Amino acid sequence: MFSQKVAQQSLRRLAVQQPNLVQSMVMRASPATMALGNVQKRHTSSNSEDPTQILAKQRLNRPVSPHLTIYKPQIGWIGSSLHRISGVALSGTLYLWATAYLASPALGWHLESASMVAAMGALPLAAKVFLKTTLALPFTYHAMNGVRHLTWDLGRGLTNSAIIKSGWTVVGLSVTSAIALAFL
Amino acid sequence: MASLRTTSRLFAASRPLFRPAAFARSYATVEATQNVEPNPSENPKMKTFKVYRWNPDTPAEKPTMQSYQLDLNKTGPMMLDALIRIKNELDPTLTFRRSCREGICGSCAMNIDGVNTLACLCRIPTDEASESRIYPLPHTYVVKDLVPDLTLFYKQYKSIKPYLQRDTPTEDGLEYRQSPEDRKKLDGLYECILCACCSTSCPSYWWNSEEYLGPAILLQSYRWLADSRDERTAERKAALDNNMSVYRCHTILNCTRTCPKGLNPGRAIAETKKMLAA
Repeated sequence: MFSQKVAQQSLRRLAVQQPNLVQSMVMRASPATMALGNVQKRHTSSNSEDPTQILAKQRLNRPVSPHLTIYKPQIGWIGSSLHRISGVALSGTLYLWATAYLASPALGWHLESASMVAAMGALPLAAKVFLKTTLALPFTYHAMNGVRHLTWDLGRGLTNSAIIKSGWTVVGLSVTSAIALAFL
Repeated sequence: MASLRTTSRLFAASRPLFRPAAFARSYATVEATQNVEPNPSENPKMKTFKVYRWNPDTPAEKPTMQSYQLDLNKTGPMMLDALIRIKNELDPTLTFRRSCREGICGSCAMNIDGVNTLACLCRIPTDEASESRIYPLPHTYVVKDLVPDLTLFYKQYKSIKPYLQRDTPTEDGLEYRQSPEDRKKLDGLYECILCACCSTSCPSYWWNSEEYLGPAILLQSYRWLADSRDERTAERKAALDNNMSVYRCHTILNCTRTCPKGLNPGRAIAETKKMLAA
């Protein structure tokens, strides 16, 4: 930048003193300056390459920006993921239990109600409460959050404040009701 | 280039061009001020900004978080001010998109302190102790630093035919009119600037962006479904009525939470689902 400035200034000074000389000089010099690479070159892409492939090739190099790990924990998406996880856990438990119950006569397991009641009765109180809470919490949470989803499907409660409020309400209600169920 | 401009000025000699050098106007130049803190203030409020960096010229290098420190006393109130100051004074290689600096162009959408927003509408938290972390929009291909590749996003926008489709002209041949009530239905929809904050905040869109349209595009789609002047509502609905375009929405509602314009893509999608079910 600086050298260009100096060159311009001296050119101007020369032009003031000897206008004719400068004009002829510039006319001769201009192709030369171009040859010296003072002009921006235009790069044209080679035609052999399919232009639609350029983006695809670039993509192979591009990293995917971080997502789940950097997003701020908010009741909305954390609650939603818990809804999914509790649903999978509940139905998974049900399928496992039902399959085991079906297979139990063949395998010689004792899963009928009487033996289960006896097994539960033999546990200490703390273990009973803990077991029942871990079973009840996914159920209460999933059921209550399900109601929240149903109201959303009606197009209601979709403002930001309502979403946050209903989210924490569901958390509070499900935890208290799960504990209540555990002490039944 | 500058010297060429000089020659063209010399050729146009009809004007008195050749003033003495002392009065000659010089070309605008950028003064080199990098790394020089002019007049450090009395009680500097230094805040750390951690910015995601990735350079396509060295693709093998993993993305890193680079720290910059700015004195908040000398920085504008918004995150974009901080970024521009970093670029001007600390590190000219930092790359990000920005244009209007007033929340109408949607260029400076990025993830700031864990939430997608427009840098120009996001105040710098004045708490100096905590550092601010700035990432590009989540789960996008990074072109460079904070610049995401939004090609797919724009393609999806194009796919919903975001324009008035109508065959019958009005009786008087003038513009297509609608009642104030019908016009009111478009409020909260037409303001969308397609900054992609909501779409890239949506976990469903993270995992299914190839087929799921995402909140921003679905809000735009609903803007045309709700328009009383549009005559292709049935076709628009048919295009959406599959298990990917709309129904990958699981009402996580990050979109509504994050929209920097205060719009409600979540509600637009809910209304779309209602229209599809009706």
